[in-house]
Amino acid sequence: MENGKNRLLFKDKPVKVLLAKPGIDGHDRGILVLAKAFRDAGMEVLYAGLLPTPESVVETAVNEDVDVVALSLLNGAHLTVFRKVADIMKSKGIDDIALVGGGTIPDEDKPELEAIGVTGNYGPGTPLSVIIDHVTTRAAEARKKKISR
Amino acid sequence: MEKREETYWDSKLKEIQSKKSAENKAYSEWKSRTLEPWNRKTGYSEKEYTNSSSIDLKEVYTVEDLPKDHSKQIGMPGEYPYTRGIYPNMYRGRQWTMRMFSGFGTPEDTNRRLKYLIEHGESGLSIAFDMPTLYGFDADNPRSDGEIGRCGVNVSSLQDMEEILEGIDLSKVSTSMTINAPAAVVTAMYIAVAKKKMIPLDRIAGTVQADILKEYIAQKEWIYPPEAHIRLIRDMMVYCTENVPKWNYISISGYHIREAGSSAVQELAFTLADGFYYVDMGIKSGLKVDDFAPRLSFFFNSSINFFEEVAKMRAARRIWATVLREKYGAKKERSLLLRFHTQTSGYTLTWQQPLNNIVRTTVEAMAAILGGTQSLHTNSYDEAWALPSEEAVKIALRTQQILADETGIPDVIDPLGGSYYVEWLTDRMEEEAYRYFDTIEKLGGILESVKKGFIQKEIAGTSYRRQMRLEQGKEIMVGVNRYEEKDEKPISTLKISHKAQVDQINKLKKLKETRNNLAVKKALQDLEKALRNPDENSMPYIIRAVEAYATLEEISNVGRNIFGEWKEPVIV
Repeated sequence: MENGKNRLLFKDKPVKVLLAKPGIDGHDRGILVLAKAFRDAGMEVLYAGLLPTPESVVETAVNEDVDVVALSLLNGAHLTVFRKVADIMKSKGIDDIALVGGGTIPDEDKPELEAIGVTGNYGPGTPLSVIIDHVTTRAAEARKKKISR
Repeated sequence: MEKREETYWDSKLKEIQSKKSAENKAYSEWKSRTLEPWNRKTGYSEKEYTNSSSIDLKEVYTVEDLPKDHSKQIGMPGEYPYTRGIYPNMYRGRQWTMRMFSGFGTPEDTNRRLKYLIEHGESGLSIAFDMPTLYGFDADNPRSDGEIGRCGVNVSSLQDMEEILEGIDLSKVSTSMTINAPAAVVTAMYIAVAKKKMIPLDRIAGTVQADILKEYIAQKEWIYPPEAHIRLIRDMMVYCTENVPKWNYISISGYHIREAGSSAVQELAFTLADGFYYVDMGIKSGLKVDDFAPRLSFFFNSSINFFEEVAKMRAARRIWATVLREKYGAKKERSLLLRFHTQTSGYTLTWQQPLNNIVRTTVEAMAAILGGTQSLHTNSYDEAWALPSEEAVKIALRTQQILADETGIPDVIDPLGGSYYVEWLTDRMEEEAYRYFDTIEKLGGILESVKKGFIQKEIAGTSYRRQMRLEQGKEIMVGVNRYEEKDEKPISTLKISHKAQVDQINKLKKLKETRNNLAVKKALQDLEKALRNPDENSMPYIIRAVEAYATLEEISNVGRNIFGEWKEPVIV
């Protein structure tokens, strides 16, 4: 296929997002709601299931060439576990997949997560539209990097 | 078409239909005579009134909304079918147990919190474990990194259980432990602590949750595939029936089903369906229904739709008594009694304007009391943020004490009994539950329904529907989608220091160096042999391994090697 055409098609492809709970955490009410909501918003949605390791989350994200990895934890381990995912991506030189987070995340932890590239970090009661907008924005950034690669 | 044999549930549904009044004349006449002219005059536009179970509500209910034999099915307190309460004098005889779910950080931290609660009038203990413990991982497993002590207390070995219970008289207090996949191991630890303290096993009292079905349905904390866990629970059930008479070895739990997003009817139906499964299991393993049914207890959620919750609890009691008597042939009265613990709803709490949560919890606690609960946990106002602070948990406990001692609410038994609305709603929820039992049986039973993902999908559907209703403003959460405030001030919350993890890992390292490792090895080998023989009761072997200070993960790994792990069916 002609190079330019390929790119154009790629640009129009729906946002591809991997939802994951990369810790020991079974609270999946929120992530299951998001899976449906993202799908209804026209995204291509993958769900990593329960209890994936940070390593396997990154592996799936790369193999599936997703735009966004959306992480959720409600067990208080976000600072350690989200960081692991971010670190693995960094060590592999992956910069064209965006990381977003959510769950039971106190305000004071948010700057630290932002600093390692995990954005959003939405808590309970956040309107779905806010989360969808954020994922869409981050996906566009990731897509831009993918195209320029 | 192939003719199917009529199930018990079919016959119950027919019976319910046959008792219904043909039409509600008083209501329809009133509607055209008084309500509709009024609505026209005032320009009222129809609104949707429904509850979490999508049951549409009328403006008012009358005696004609009740079945023909309503006084019989409502009954009297302490009498079959126990709609009005399981004891003749209810809270006059014995107040509900105030049981605050607690656990965080190290065993020492939790021991201090338990003693603090006892000092402030709590009447029973309830221990929360952290995620690694719930999944059978030790503190030193790399997967546990960052999770130690965060969601509850960490228990990696008997030593930790000894520290949690240090200075607490196990012959005087009953202890509830929210533990499922590793329930047999944690029960073994509790038994081992009692033995060390020279307390006879017939004097210790408590509950482990051990409701593994609802793990696959909702809470999702498993180690092995369902059949392996069911075997371990059977072993614990048989062992405790014979040796630990005051141990409630299964607390059949709707709480997590509800928190996972189900409706009240789904919570009711799926929980009781789980309960019937355990009854079948006990009978299959050779126990008589009257020997173990009295030890089964329940755990429900009390959410924010007040009357729906009360009706759910009343319906639960009646269904359990009816089915145990009619379908399972239970003879002892105690087998028919649905005893339950209640916790107020977590997901109705908001991080926005957190003090409002005190009001929500109060309403939910009232519903639990009016629903006839035997024990109650009230959530703390800061729990949408973190595990509760000492101050917040004290207010939650005081909420119960105010309801008990100041309001007069517990003075009269089942004060909502006889309310046309509450009785009608109780009947409706009962009917909807029977419909679910029928569907589940047609799918091949509850375990099969879970393996197919049917139950999980039902819950996810309801959960999504509610989220959509919130987004559309059809459901209101104050501070979230109405009366929002721009500047939310952070509140001070409980911090779990990373030190808890460091301490737990160091302690475990020392334990592994100082214990008799040969004895550990032997105990684990014996356990493996027992687990490989499905006819052997593994419980005595688990107790011996625990007493040798084999760790939770070492013991769980024996099973992991034999039974493998579990991958849930695709739900999304």
